[in-house]
Amino acid sequence: MAIRSKTFRETYYEDIKLLQTLWIKIWIGLFILGLIVAPFATDPYVIYLINLSCVATVAALGLNLLTGFTGQISLGHAAFFAIGAYCTAILASDLRMPYWVCLPASGFFAAFTGLLVGIPCLRLKGLYLAMATMSFGVVVEYVVITWEGVTKGVRGIGIPTPKVFGYPLDSNEKLYYFLLAVTALAIVAATNLVRTRIGRAFIAIRDRDIAAEVMGVNLTKYKVMAFAIGSFYAGVAGGLYAYLMHYIHPEHFTFLLSVQYLAIIIVGGLGSILGSVFGAVFITIIPEFIKGLADLLTLAIPALQDKYDDGWNIAAFGLLIMLFLIFEPKGLFGIWIRIKTCFKNWPYTY
Amino acid sequence: MDKGLLFFMQLVASGIALGCLYAMIALGFVLILKATDILNFAQGEVIMMAAFICYFLVTALHMPFLLAVVLTCLSVGLMGILTERIILRPMIGEPVFAVVMVTIGLSIFLRSLAGIIFGHTNLVFPSPFPKETVSMGGIILSQTQIWIMISTLGLIIIFFVFFKYSRLGLAMRGTANDQHIALLMGISVKRVFALIWGISFITGAIAGIFLANVMVINLGISFVAVSAFPAIILGGLESIPGAIIGGIAIGVIENLAGGYLDQIIGGGVKDVTPFVVLFLILMVRPYGLFGKKEIERV
Repeated sequence: MAIRSKTFRETYYEDIKLLQTLWIKIWIGLFILGLIVAPFATDPYVIYLINLSCVATVAALGLNLLTGFTGQISLGHAAFFAIGAYCTAILASDLRMPYWVCLPASGFFAAFTGLLVGIPCLRLKGLYLAMATMSFGVVVEYVVITWEGVTKGVRGIGIPTPKVFGYPLDSNEKLYYFLLAVTALAIVAATNLVRTRIGRAFIAIRDRDIAAEVMGVNLTKYKVMAFAIGSFYAGVAGGLYAYLMHYIHPEHFTFLLSVQYLAIIIVGGLGSILGSVFGAVFITIIPEFIKGLADLLTLAIPALQDKYDDGWNIAAFGLLIMLFLIFEPKGLFGIWIRIKTCFKNWPYTY
Repeated sequence: MDKGLLFFMQLVASGIALGCLYAMIALGFVLILKATDILNFAQGEVIMMAAFICYFLVTALHMPFLLAVVLTCLSVGLMGILTERIILRPMIGEPVFAVVMVTIGLSIFLRSLAGIIFGHTNLVFPSPFPKETVSMGGIILSQTQIWIMISTLGLIIIFFVFFKYSRLGLAMRGTANDQHIALLMGISVKRVFALIWGISFITGAIAGIFLANVMVINLGISFVAVSAFPAIILGGLESIPGAIIGGIAIGVIENLAGGYLDQIIGGGVKDVTPFVVLFLILMVRPYGLFGKKEIERV
């Protein structure tokens, strides 16, 4: 990333600071303040959408670390998400475990399965890896439906309300702060991760794996690590999803969900933390736009009455993936950077 | 013949019929892969579209079956050429991930579009094949299954002759072998790409019409193509004979697993077997039976 002019860094400490300038600190501060007061200012539905975006952000961060940063295509992200969700659901409903056991347990269990998938997938890349992860996703879906003794099959599992210090999070507004906190933690952790040796190794593997190995990056170790970290995020996100929805069902975790996460990171920006957040929010609110658009269309063409259903949203995901890949491969993050540089350099063009 | 053996033979025979369908679908994948190095994840939706179009032509417009088949093939082939021109050509030179994702985007777009246009109800195709079954030494097959086998054989012969003797077929093989040299030899690579997409879509359309005859038509028909992935991996991604042998092998394995394991584990084994096989092949022999072995040494 380009350093803006008139920025002088004199010590190493200044160079590694997370928030570089005063203005960034002020903007981030205002943004966080805005999020904190949001429940008092907006209606509950907006809060619900933000909650969904939080879950999507955490899962997308994991996929972006695996696919965007390390370059390992995964079409089975929904499987890890499902594993996390079921882990939380079973621990919370059958064993009455508190949230601070369930969420990490979901993460670690998903990471463990990530290891199991990642190790045999080490030899594969590109198309082959995409197919292997996709078939893993199908197998997990099958297991979730069939293994009724544990997952209750198509009946689904209800999840009790989580309690934080004895205080029940029984509404969307109360869950909101909890989800925000976990998401913020996930974002900071991911941002820091990609700045370390591990993150640089991931990027080196993505850019050219053989060259990375020659430079001393242990391919086996870092590829497996990417799988484990990516699935850890997915597992935690699955746990959050279970708490948010109060009820999970095998139909929530199909191949389409994996594609939706890929849509998030493509639309947001591959290999960018901020991009994952943009993408997650964008893809979560897109159905609302389409619903509005469908309403407008019905006003114009009455024949379309009651034609709106989920298919429109999925069609929009597909269209967005294609349009972004053809016209804006860097995603929303790329647009963001362009707008920012435009303002920064004004009135000059560069 | 004793009962156990007969059961086994019956499973194998209907497995071959199923495998022929997989082989047809796999051919559609492999043609594009070989020439353009793109795995078209939207092939399943092509199959589904063909099934819907053919159903529409036969039931709503009361066309004779053969005319409907020809029209379906033509329209779907045109769709293939347009897909290449509009969506895939701007992606030339982009990384594998981007190209794969474009075809996945296309696939979910087409599937939900079909849902919006044709609805989510199950449609039953008025089968042109007689209902009577044929019995051969105790093995019972339906006429549809036999026609599937015959048309797969016909398709294989047509492809063989086309790629071996026709000018265009040779141009396509040349392009698959080396695009730059093909270009230098005066082959229009762009035209070859567009045509190969058209041909692959037509192969998918034929498979789709047969699928419409053996199962109900709904959006789920597109997932059959996903079950054909193991076939192309087993065959080695870029090999046409590999796709056919792989397809038939997967069909037989799937049927045998369904016949024997369903009693032990419970229903649904049949649907998940291809993926377990796919996973195993990728672990043991990723380049398949006839694939190029890419050697990388560090």
